[in-house]
This record gives sequence, C-alpha cells and structure tokens, in this order.
Amino acid sequence: MDVKEVLLPGVGLRYEFTSHQGDRIGIIARRGGDFDVVLYGRDDPDEARPVFHLTDEEADTVAQILGAPRIAERLTELTREVPGLEAGQIHVRPGSPFVDHPLGDTHARTRTGASIVAIVRNEDVLASPSPAEMLRARDVLIVIGTEEGIAGVEQIVDKG
Amino acid sequence: MQVSEALLFQLGALLTTLAVLGAAARRFALSPIPVYLMAGLSLGKGGILPVAAAGEFVMTGAPIGIVLLLLTLGLEFSATEFATSLRHHLPSAGVDIVLNATPGAVAGWVLGLDGVAILSMAGVTYISSSGVIARLLEDLRRLGNRETPAVLSVLVLEDFAMAAYLPLLAVLASGGNWLEAVAGMIVAIGALVAAFAASYYWGHHVGRLVAHPDSEQLLLRVLGITLMVAAISEFLHASAAVGAFLVGLTLTGETADRARRVLGPLRDLFAAIFFLAIGLAVDPKELLPVLPVALALGAVTAATKLVTGIYAARRDGVARRGQLRAGTALIARGEFSLIIIGLVGVASPAVAALATSYVFVMAIAGPLLARFVGGPPPAGAGVAN
Repeated sequence: MDVKEVLLPGVGLRYEFTSHQGDRIGIIARRGGDFDVVLYGRDDPDEARPVFHLTDEEADTVAQILGAPRIAERLTELTREVPGLEAGQIHVRPGSPFVDHPLGDTHARTRTGASIVAIVRNEDVLASPSPAEMLRARDVLIVIGTEEGIAGVEQIVDKG
Repeated sequence: MQVSEALLFQLGALLTTLAVLGAAARRFALSPIPVYLMAGLSLGKGGILPVAAAGEFVMTGAPIGIVLLLLTLGLEFSATEFATSLRHHLPSAGVDIVLNATPGAVAGWVLGLDGVAILSMAGVTYISSSGVIARLLEDLRRLGNRETPAVLSVLVLEDFAMAAYLPLLAVLASGGNWLEAVAGMIVAIGALVAAFAASYYWGHHVGRLVAHPDSEQLLLRVLGITLMVAAISEFLHASAAVGAFLVGLTLTGETADRARRVLGPLRDLFAAIFFLAIGLAVDPKELLPVLPVALALGAVTAATKLVTGIYAARRDGVARRGQLRAGTALIARGEFSLIIIGLVGVASPAVAALATSYVFVMAIAGPLLARFVGGPPPAGAGVAN
C-alpha cells in the first residue's frame, strides 16, 4: 500500500493513504504522542475533516486491536499450511535463568529446531526479535516449531 | 521579608482580569494577545487605572517573557524540519520577505522615520505570529489540511530569519553603526549554525547536561542556562531573544519534549506579562492618531501575506480554496512584532505607537479573516473540545 508521509514543522508528521473504497485518509502523528485521524472531502481535496482524536494511550490500544490479532492470525494460517508445524506461547517466569539475558543465550533454535518469532512484552509486540534482544520477566514468547520443539523451548526457558 | 500587599493585590487583580478577558476572546476564537495589549494600555501611562506597584514587576518580568517565548520556540524546531522547509519553500520565503517587509519599510520612509525605525517597521510587517497561527490552525482544525505544511514551513523560515534580523536591529537600536550591526548579525548566524551542528551531532550530550528525571531540576537547569546565555548574547548586542532561541534549538528529543512541558505554564505567564508591558509602556493617547495609518498598513500587508500564502500553497499543489486558507492563516502578526517594538521602543516612540496599533489590528483581523475566508471549521464526529 502506498502511504505518503509529510512533515509538519512544529507539529509532527502526517500520513496519507487511499482506502480500497476510495476514501483519502490522513493520520496526524503529533510530537506529544497524540493522533488525529482525518478524512479528505471529495469537494475540496485539501480540506481535512476531523474524524477522531486519540491520546497516546488510546492510539496504542487501537493499534493493538488492529495489529495484534493479525499477527496471530497470520501465524495460525502459516502453521496450517505445513503439516506438523505448530505455534505456541511460552511465558518467561521471573525466576527463569534467562531473565535479563539476551535471547541468543537460549540457543533455542540450535537445540530444539523451533524458532522464537515474536516477543509480547506488556502492550508491545516485538516481531522477529534479534538474538541480542534482552528477555524480561513476564515476557511471552511466540514460538513456531514441532510440538516437541516448542516443549523443548519451554523447558530451556524454564530451567536453562 | 517585606510583603507588599499592594503588589500582590494589583498583580492578582491584573492576572484575573487577563484570565476573564482572555477567556472571552477565546470564545470567539480570537487570540488573547490584543486583549492583553488593551489591558496594558488602559492601565499604564495615560491609562485609566495606575498600577504602580505591579507595574514595576511587569516591567521586570517582560524580558523573561521574551526569553521564554523564544526558548520554547527553539525547542519546537529540529534541524530536519528546518532543512525540509528550506528545501521546499525557499522561494516562498523570498516572496514573503520582499512582499511583506517592503510595505513596512515604505510606510516608515513616507512617515519620515530614521533608518533604524524603517528597518524595524519592515520587521514588524514581515513577521507573522507563529504562536497565534499555530493555535489558530489547531482551533480551526486545519492541521490535517494539505496547505498546512506550506503555512508551517513559511513560519519556520520566518522565525529563522528573525534570528539574523534581531541582532542587526539590536545593535543599531543601541546606537551601533552598520558595520557593528552586520558583525553582530554574522556572529548570530554563526552561533545559529553552531547550535544546529551541536543539536545534530551532540544533541543527546547537551541534553544530558540538563536532563534530570525530576521536573523541578529540569526546569531550574534549562531556565538557568537559558537566562545566562540570553544575558551573554544581550551583552554581545546579539539580543537576549536570539540567545534563548539558540538554547532551545540545541536541546532535542526527549529532553526538549519534557522541557516544553515544564516550561509551558511559565511561558504562558511571562508572555502575558510581556504583552502587558508593551501596553503599559505605550500611551493610548499616542495610538489614536496613528490608527488610520496602522489600518491602511494592515490592509496592505494582509493582502501581501495572502499572496505569500497563495504562492506557498500553490508550490505544494494545493487547489484554490486551500491557497486562500493558507494566505489568510498567515495574516496574523503578534509576539515577534512586539519583540521588535520592545527592542526599539525606547529609542523611537513613534515606531512603538504605530507598530503597537498595527499589531493590535493584525492580531484581531488575522484570526477573523482566517476563520471566515477559508470557510467554517469542518464539522466532524466527536467535536468534544
């Protein structure tokens, strides 16, 4: 999709795109973290009609609603296509030996063949984390692999 | 410690009056600046109510208002935004200077003013009010409009032009010759480039000097450093305003965001005091005779700003109605013109009177024209505020 980005000096950034129905939609990302969603009218293409204003926190929530299920959806679709492949979630307990250690230290893929494809931390999703990414207590790891592989990663994260 | 009940009461009454009048102005989507000026005019020299005790405080606080206005303006800017504005809108900035500085200069010349006064009048009619216009775009819900980047870019470039112009004027107004003035301007431009380089390459180091998790610490550090830099640049005849602007430019990122937040309320208070001080220093009896000239000058420079806005918006490929919106949005003059008056006011009372009534006219007419020419603010879902 083609998204146009325009700098608004002193205000922030404006993103613009056209939806499949032909609506020209604009999103103003303000410096303070707030967002405005606007719609461009058809009679005056330069005039933005405000649709709604989101605070920092509200925008995060909306992003999650729009974004998070799609990650999960895509993963299940992917695993369905390959027989034997599963997706699983593994919780990092506060007592795990890898808390505050880089993800790479687990050597999960070398040891089990399963891949950690995302880390869910509080409200954020870190997609395809690098081996240098630090693990934190209460992270949730999204793992793809065989059933045994996923169980193996769980074992490693729990006990080292 | 001697508590002066006269000072406390007068100041309190002043601020309360400003709050009530400002709220009334905001109800009609007007800028509160003319209201503050009006309050100053009616109270000070030749006004209806003398406020001797608070007057002294207002006069002391006014320079702090200028420093804070410029500091927060500098905090708003980043090198990228300046570079982008320069790339897209350098011709617009040229048109802006030529069209809008000329009427002021010509008016000064026709009225038989001296060189410094002519230069200051050119500045007064040139510079739009970033403060009033940013607020206006927000109130009229035009931030998302396609002409808005052009408007904001023109404002950014004007503000930077001021950083070169103010030292020039400051030296001349304090009786220096042209050579010293140009030297002052070159020093200021050099400092501007240095501040930009500093913020670009070592912004986070500079930030670390003042950064502190505690808001109080951050406030004291930023304010302390800014006031000292402002004093030094005033001593070098480069104008305190420019020094404060440079400090603001140097701070970037997270520190700048937080500094903006903690300084905001302080800026609002002292900016109001600064506007009051301008009103206090001018005798309203001197304003009436120059009002026709101010109105004529206002009509001409409203037209020239309109052309500037149309030109800038057209460069961005905006259609006719958007061009008109851009043009009318730029008409308002305000704090910068008043800073210029503050610089030359003592040396040249004629300029102070004419320019004050001019700003008065433009700070009222600008928002009104922007509101009615560009069409009403679009109605949208969730217009709660």
